[in-house]
Amino acid sequence: MGLKEKLHNIKEKGKDKKWLSAFSAFHTFLYTPNETTHSGGHIKGADDLKRTMTAVIIPLIPILIFAMFNVGYQQHIAIHGYQANMGFFSGEFWNLDNFLLGATKLIPLLLVSYVVGLGIEVFFATINNHEVEEGYFVTGMLIPLIVPVDTPLWMLTVAIVFGVVIGKEVFGGTGMNILNPALTIRAFLFFAYPTWMSGDKVWIAGAVERSKEILAGAHLDAFSGETILGGLAGGKHLAYSVTDMFYGFIPGSVGETSTLLILLGGIYLIYTKIGSWRIMLSAVIGALTMGLIFNSVVNEGWIVEGSKFYTLMNTPFWEHLIIGGFAFGVVFMATDPVTASQTNRGKWIYGFLIGFISIMIRVFNPAYPEGVMLAILLMNVFSPTIDHYVIASNIKKRLKRLKPKTVYNVKEYRK
Amino acid sequence: MGILTKKDLKLITDPLADNNPITVQVLGICSALAVTAQLKASIVMAISVMFVLAAGNVVISSMRNIIPPKIRIIVQLVIAATLVIIVDQVLKAYSYNLSKQLSVFVGLIITNCIIMGRFEAFALANTPWKSFLDGIGNAAGYGIILVIVAFFRELLGSGSVLGFKVLGNPIEKTGVYAYGYENNGFMLLAPMALITLGVIIWVQRSRNSSLIEEN
Repeated sequence: MGLKEKLHNIKEKGKDKKWLSAFSAFHTFLYTPNETTHSGGHIKGADDLKRTMTAVIIPLIPILIFAMFNVGYQQHIAIHGYQANMGFFSGEFWNLDNFLLGATKLIPLLLVSYVVGLGIEVFFATINNHEVEEGYFVTGMLIPLIVPVDTPLWMLTVAIVFGVVIGKEVFGGTGMNILNPALTIRAFLFFAYPTWMSGDKVWIAGAVERSKEILAGAHLDAFSGETILGGLAGGKHLAYSVTDMFYGFIPGSVGETSTLLILLGGIYLIYTKIGSWRIMLSAVIGALTMGLIFNSVVNEGWIVEGSKFYTLMNTPFWEHLIIGGFAFGVVFMATDPVTASQTNRGKWIYGFLIGFISIMIRVFNPAYPEGVMLAILLMNVFSPTIDHYVIASNIKKRLKRLKPKTVYNVKEYRK
Repeated sequence: MGILTKKDLKLITDPLADNNPITVQVLGICSALAVTAQLKASIVMAISVMFVLAAGNVVISSMRNIIPPKIRIIVQLVIAATLVIIVDQVLKAYSYNLSKQLSVFVGLIITNCIIMGRFEAFALANTPWKSFLDGIGNAAGYGIILVIVAFFRELLGSGSVLGFKVLGNPIEKTGVYAYGYENNGFMLLAPMALITLGVIIWVQRSRNSSLIEEN
């Protein structure tokens, strides 16, 4: 008897048992279930939830690997000073030391994310007696990519418990949530432990540790690094070239730095038809629009140098796309099919407002330089409303189209 | 049972759990969110509401046969307002800091839905003694939830209970702070109060299935 048979037999025996949902979750990793529906019409699609989720994870893997190199590289340059412009394939960046340092930092984050999150999923599936849903696979991968590298593991655990239980399970699990769970977790961290989510200490691995050692009396040089957005919000420019920002050799939340890889990921998602190109495109248009408005306000001379919003407003409009978490948020978070608008016209509105609002928050609220998180959460809440009005206007339009025709036909008929 | 018959006792115990004004009737949420960042403020709030509700219920109940039905809401408001002003003045006189901390929320007891609800639904139709017990019971049910929410918010948000730093000093890094623990700033914001309240309702409903509405 092969492994396949054995596993199926265990499943037969375990019917009506509590642990069955947990068992079959892991079982379907190896084999497709052998139950078939006996009546009704069938449509066979290969893109079930598990395949869809896996497809989103594929573009995230290069980003994760890049992030491991970048975490090491950022610490390296923080200690040894800033390295100027280099090509994408430079040896300074792609070396084993950087990778190992990054891996020791990121793998614990990844493990905690999956163990805690899936643990909760399995627990709820067991007490509710339904199948474990695969929605967490992407969330679990996203979480380590959107937090600062030095986030303490216990904080991450608390945030994940909160995000998965309050953000998702209370609404009924995967597919029923109103807010994107990964962003709920990040927002929780952001409001609960602001000192660990912003400022100049948390973006570089070991900076917090180092400053503690110095406080304790060690003779070391402190190092710190601000994100570009943090710097701009504080009214100063950070010396990173456009190519560095595009390639991602900059400090930031773990996975959001490399616009290049995110762009490739976005193209992959569009090609596989998993991410909506409407949302991505309209979000970029929205961001550019807001950026242009701010730029022209500066050009008109309404905001003068030295005033509060000048530096961020004066940032060229297209640069907003490659700094901060904007690109990552738009490609991987805004397109979440559960929380985004469902109608095509709704997607345009939803995406546009995400881009528009995230740049607005970025500029006007220096305390929350990462506007894209808040913008997406806000639009998540509004997406059903957008859909409602899109559908209502469609109905109206069709009724209008219907009316004259009917009248016309009646006349024809009377002749 | 001495002075309390079984029926009387039920007037007090019912609102504590199965007919709790906050978690079951979902009244008085605003003040439950606003004052619960600290346990002390919540306890004072609970006592103030208990005084206003019990005294108000007795007054309304003894006047119930002479209040003209058309203007009964105005009469109720006047009585509630009078009692709230008494509470406010006492707080200002004897505990000025706390009164500043509670700020407008003492004044807003007038608009607390529980107060008007009990006046209207119970005191207008029952004897003063029963109304008094009902007032005590409902205010206690309100107070219990306030205290539970405030306990968790203060403990997790500020690391203290009733102002005592039970988890250690966050600045000098003693107690649990020595191990890297940090206060959860989100607990001090109003959304977390709502979520805490939601979790309490969740726990209560999962323990008592008769509270769950049929679909």
